[in-house]
Amino acid sequence: MDENQNRNESFPFGGNPSREREPIITVKNLVKKFGAFTANDNLNFEVYKGEIFGFLGANGAGKTTAIRILCGLSAPTFGEVKVAGFDIYRETEKIKKNIGYMSQKFSLYEDLTVSENIQLYAGIYGIQAKKRKEKEAELLYKLEMESARKKLIAGLPLGWKQKLAFSVAIIHEPKIVFLDEPTGGVDPVTRRKFWDLIYEAANNGITVFVTTHYMDEAEYCDRVSIMDAGKIEALDTPAKLKELYKAKNMDEVFIQIAR
Amino acid sequence: MIQINNISKSYNEIQALKGVSLKVEESELFGLIGPDGAGKTTLMRILTTLLVPDSGSATMDGLHIVKDFKKIRHIVGYMPGRFSLYQDLTVEENLNFFATVFGTTVEENYEMIRDIYYQIEPFKTRRAGKLSGGMKQKLALSCALIHKPKILVLDEPTTGVDAVSRKEFWEMLKRLQEKDITILVSTPYMDEADLCDRVALIQKGQILDVDTPRNITEKFPRKIIRVRSDDMYRLINDLRVNPKSESVFAFGQYVHFTGIDDDVETSELDMFLENKQHSNVVVEEIPAGIEDVFMSLMEQPIPTSLLKGS
Repeated sequence: MDENQNRNESFPFGGNPSREREPIITVKNLVKKFGAFTANDNLNFEVYKGEIFGFLGANGAGKTTAIRILCGLSAPTFGEVKVAGFDIYRETEKIKKNIGYMSQKFSLYEDLTVSENIQLYAGIYGIQAKKRKEKEAELLYKLEMESARKKLIAGLPLGWKQKLAFSVAIIHEPKIVFLDEPTGGVDPVTRRKFWDLIYEAANNGITVFVTTHYMDEAEYCDRVSIMDAGKIEALDTPAKLKELYKAKNMDEVFIQIAR
Repeated sequence: MIQINNISKSYNEIQALKGVSLKVEESELFGLIGPDGAGKTTLMRILTTLLVPDSGSATMDGLHIVKDFKKIRHIVGYMPGRFSLYQDLTVEENLNFFATVFGTTVEENYEMIRDIYYQIEPFKTRRAGKLSGGMKQKLALSCALIHKPKILVLDEPTTGVDAVSRKEFWEMLKRLQEKDITILVSTPYMDEADLCDRVALIQKGQILDVDTPRNITEKFPRKIIRVRSDDMYRLINDLRVNPKSESVFAFGQYVHFTGIDDDVETSELDMFLENKQHSNVVVEEIPAGIEDVFMSLMEQPIPTSLLKGS
């Protein structure tokens, strides 16, 4: 991949085009094996500060394995990985302080209230006790959820849960937020409102690393990588990928690569 | 083949279905399209005799869902949304188990599942829990088909499945339809609506519309304008503050704009965006898609108990 070819293009979405393209995630020759099975087969890529990076691939292509490594939860078998300036082997705790994570499967505690969840995450992410109240008020105001403060998560509409889960994942203003299929199953309006939040976060300088099975959402990313059988088969802007694969949309690009 | 008359069902204070009526014809591939919480699963559980409705009635191939529940179970194949096979049984054991429960054998009905099962047969001694997502889905479908049902009910079979596997799954459904099986399938993916003969759009326990995907989009009265520029984030925000905008949402590489009325001209938006210094602007009127219609029908109701300041 020629890294210089897009240098002068601005990010179509959240990223700040005036900023120099500075890598915030660097992955070199990343290999991860489970016994004889190679889940990640020599991955090489960079994610730039402030961009929305789409990490696509078929089920079982190795996305989750790579994300777990980038989050400092699993060590590579081989390779060099830096996240937010920290080394993946030696500085996992520092990495964890500088990233946020949200997945569709696990995000909030269902039997705690909205307020309790915010307080819990704020505490885990090391926000000082006296600042936590302030953070909570700010967040509830922004999400227009003040009246739901004392409600249990279990009773909230899915769309609200997702917005809240995303907001607590970035409550400590991390450098990078990892979103693992954040929009599965929600209605089309809620799904788009969720992307409004993603753009806003990116516009505020947070790098967004996102996986999705909705190919229209791939179009919303600044750059997209597509994995197949443990390898990154393509990585570029949606416009360049469509041109390269002579495809009308990202759905067609994906099918050509993953089928 | 499936007749649903005015079915309602509540769980405590939550009304999951509010007087739903529907008819599905024989050998039809019928889609229930709606987001999580719309009531799709409740309706499917009632039809497969796993839940009893509070009021209303339904028949499956002429059999009553309460009185004839045992007979219905023999003619219906059901694939629930959550993977429901035995994780520590092998592929083969699961299939044999389901065949035995229905008083048949895999050999007897092999023809029914051959197309699907041959793809996972090489892994028949692997435990179901160790299969990949796509393979689990194929096994679950094989198990739902092994007793040769007349009606197949599939609850979100493609949720969380990648675009390639989704495509393959729909191709399998089309082939099953040719074997005269009536298929009721639910999905949260709006693009899959186009693959059904007819669809019901469902939201908050109510049917919003039932028709062929084509009619649903063709009869949609509103004017949809799609817009594009180099800076999408700014484009969305700028369009939203346009005094004539009603809804502005991202659709892939475009933004779909609906005005407060349908008199908004593309040239107006063009000028508006030019004044805002957007580059490479494209503004054009397009026919509505299923997702446009659905979003317009939804209108985002918010539960009053959760409204701000209430």
